[in-house]
Amino acid sequence: MTLFSLGLVRGIIGQVIAFLAGMALVVVIRALMGLPAWAAEPAWVVGGLVSIVGFLVGVGALSDWLKWIRGEETPLRHGPPEGKPAWVRYFEVDYNHKVIGVQYTVWGLFLLMTGGFFALAFRTELVQAGIQFLGYDLFNSFIGLHGIVMIAAILLGVGGMANYLVPLMIGAEDMAFPRLNALGFWINVPGTLLILLSLVVGGWDAGWTGYPPLSARGPIGYQLFFLGVYAVGLSSIVGSINLIVTTLRMRSKGMSLFRMPIFVWAVFATSLIQLTATQLIGLSFLMVLVERVLGMGFFDPGVAGPGQQLMEGGGDPLLFQHLFWFYSHPAVYIFILPGLGIISELLPVFARKPLFGYKWIAMSSLAIALVGFLVWAHHMFVSGMNPDLRIPFMFSTLLVAVPTGVKFFSWVGTLWGGKLHFPTPMLFVLGAISVFLIGGLTGPMLATVTTDIPLHDTYFVVGHFHATMFGGFVFPFFAALYYWYPKVTGRMYNETLGKIHFWIMTPAFWVQTLGQMTTGMMGMRRRIADYDPTLGAGNIEAVHLVITLAGFAIALGVVLMVYNFIQSAEVGARAGVNPWRSRSPEWQIPSPVPEHSFPSPLRVVGEPYDYGRPGAYVALGAAGDD
Amino acid sequence: MSAVAAHADVEAHVAEADYQERTRRNRLGLWLFFVSELFMFGGLLVARFYLWRENGEIVRPELDQNLGLIITSILLLSSYFMNRAEVAIAHNDRTNFLVSLLITAALGTVFLVGVVVFEWGAHLRPWDGVFGAVLFGMTGMHALHVLSGIILILNVWWLGTKGHFSAEEHWGVEACAIYWHYVDLIWIFFYPALYLIGRAVPA
Ligand code: HEM
Ligand SMILES: [Cu+2]
Repeated sequence: MTLFSLGLVRGIIGQVIAFLAGMALVVVIRALMGLPAWAAEPAWVVGGLVSIVGFLVGVGALSDWLKWIRGEETPLRHGPPEGKPAWVRYFEVDYNHKVIGVQYTVWGLFLLMTGGFFALAFRTELVQAGIQFLGYDLFNSFIGLHGIVMIAAILLGVGGMANYLVPLMIGAEDMAFPRLNALGFWINVPGTLLILLSLVVGGWDAGWTGYPPLSARGPIGYQLFFLGVYAVGLSSIVGSINLIVTTLRMRSKGMSLFRMPIFVWAVFATSLIQLTATQLIGLSFLMVLVERVLGMGFFDPGVAGPGQQLMEGGGDPLLFQHLFWFYSHPAVYIFILPGLGIISELLPVFARKPLFGYKWIAMSSLAIALVGFLVWAHHMFVSGMNPDLRIPFMFSTLLVAVPTGVKFFSWVGTLWGGKLHFPTPMLFVLGAISVFLIGGLTGPMLATVTTDIPLHDTYFVVGHFHATMFGGFVFPFFAALYYWYPKVTGRMYNETLGKIHFWIMTPAFWVQTLGQMTTGMMGMRRRIADYDPTLGAGNIEAVHLVITLAGFAIALGVVLMVYNFIQSAEVGARAGVNPWRSRSPEWQIPSPVPEHSFPSPLRVVGEPYDYGRPGAYVALGAAGDD
Repeated sequence: MSAVAAHADVEAHVAEADYQERTRRNRLGLWLFFVSELFMFGGLLVARFYLWRENGEIVRPELDQNLGLIITSILLLSSYFMNRAEVAIAHNDRTNFLVSLLITAALGTVFLVGVVVFEWGAHLRPWDGVFGAVLFGMTGMHALHVLSGIILILNVWWLGTKGHFSAEEHWGVEACAIYWHYVDLIWIFFYPALYLIGRAVPA
């Protein structure tokens, strides 16, 4: 076994080679056209684009398709790669959805920690007014990188949960398109590497939203950022196609739509958003990319033509904001809907009681997904767009509170009178609800035009969306990790460490998000490396210090969790088939789940959440009459 | 640590879905992909109607109307031959199938030449303000799809000459055909947006 036999290593080598080849191509073409051979911007763009393909070829994600082009049949390979240790398959192209789910999750956790590192760096800079150790440019790049790396981490975390759980929960043998599934994961890797690589070509300083004209004129780092986001977006699109087809066509016998586990509904609604809205962030970034390379006048009113002279009649930056937010508002529901699904999924298990209002929950996910498409301009109240548009967007935004409220009622209704148990996953679920509540309550304040005008572009917004994202994704994701860890590894995590993690992270997060809102009210603007220390009657530095300390505490919690997982994989107690006494299909089969999950086809014989009532949800094996 | 216990031997019970079921899944997947792309093309149309305005009035650059009409007709005609190819393979008429594919690819290439050589070669350049940007953005994105469609058709044709596809099993042909019709359909929206709607102003 050599290092070279690891797919990941081959992929990275392929990426580097393709990068250089793409650059060389640009040099040759320019020389042939009689232009100066070296131009950094097109070289990096073409190199970056080709490098994504290079990675995929190197890792082997395209091999089967290349054979199909030649008309060769490629039977699906099962089991670990031959002649190599079993763990190697996690670093290879593998078609089993459980392996792909783990790959997504682990890469997501890696990105979560990378993004966290950027945050800790600039949080440290913010402890005091003035500039201490990060320059302005690096500070700005770190702000943007923190944002986009975290978004990628969330998308990967969502992909991990969806890929691992959806086929198991509906009793399917795998996803509908296993090869596409593997591609969907692997394309994230070169994408995120490009995003990180942007640091070496000047970074990018506009924040994760990449608004032009700034992004149309800044350093080359922008181009790698755009390309990387494009790759991650492609993953969202192919992943959502796969999940929708799997859910619609591969459910086991008796699993009607309204008997699916509620998490599957959440993923289904999420996939509808990912399928459609993602195209718009891809398009808007692509348009800035070509605007920079070819001088096309989409967004920059004074567009730079060939040779960098300013041309007349350029584009309109507001168009970018419309296109961008048409994705990026719905995107926030991509982040939270699966997490809210996890909350609804876990509460009945730990309350030993049916889920309150199953159908309402299922429909509210769809409603949030649909209404989410009608609210994007609430990010643009002060952008200079037509002011008459503000009122309809204010109302449509406030409308989102209705389906969200439905979920809260259902959670409270499920908890009410339940026999509650509090292992770590349940703690994180309750933490999620409490945190999401603050996020949800601050939303309408920002949605109301009159209050948003002073709050826009302040840390109040930062506090708002950290609360929604932690409540809607991070806490439920951690709950899911603890909850399904025994299913994935066959061993129990360390409960004490898990509880310590929870009790460090939850109060720390509350302090962080409320602290961010406080500095916002004091007048702290977003994405600013330096600030006036006299803000908030001179208290602002103290608040910043507290936020930073809280941030470090959260990081400590995450490190504890990762340590717990690595450690318990070796020494944890055997978990058994169903430690949580769940009714869900994946808990009726062995842990870890065998290569072919179900020994015999799954049949649905009852309701999913009838905890505390006789009868089961699913049964394995033939019933005789069907 | 191995999260998935290896049972490479218990293969037999998991019968792979049969061809029909797999085709149903593929078909749904392909249509979902179209829905997705619709949003991207829709975004380009939004950009066109947002940027090609003068004092609130919708405008367009002066383009060669004859060229636009000719390439549009050619693309529509190619869809007819694509359909003929699909019908032919469904009746096991291999000669007709292969010939129709080649005609489709040839017409597609003529369309591509019309756009890339003649339209792009006329007076507007990508860096000519919003007119150049939107014209090249829309036609470029569409041309990329036409190009990939032609490659797909030639691939199907080549496999067809080697004896692949039958009246019962020809998902590859079907996929290629719907993709081609789809790309055609997009142009039916792009053509009026670029050539017909709004007051023509000298670019
Ligand atoms: C009750 C529901 C919600 C409402 C009414 C709401 C409203 C808003 C409004 C009006 C803004 C713009 C503030 C400004 O820039 O001035 C905003 C920003 C933001 N919201 Fe929400 N929100 C809600 C839920 C969520 C959720 C669930 C998430 C994410 C999981 C989220 C993530 C964000 C993000 C990331 C931003 C800032 C984007 C940026 O400028 O970088 N929001 N929200
Ligand atoms: Cu929003």
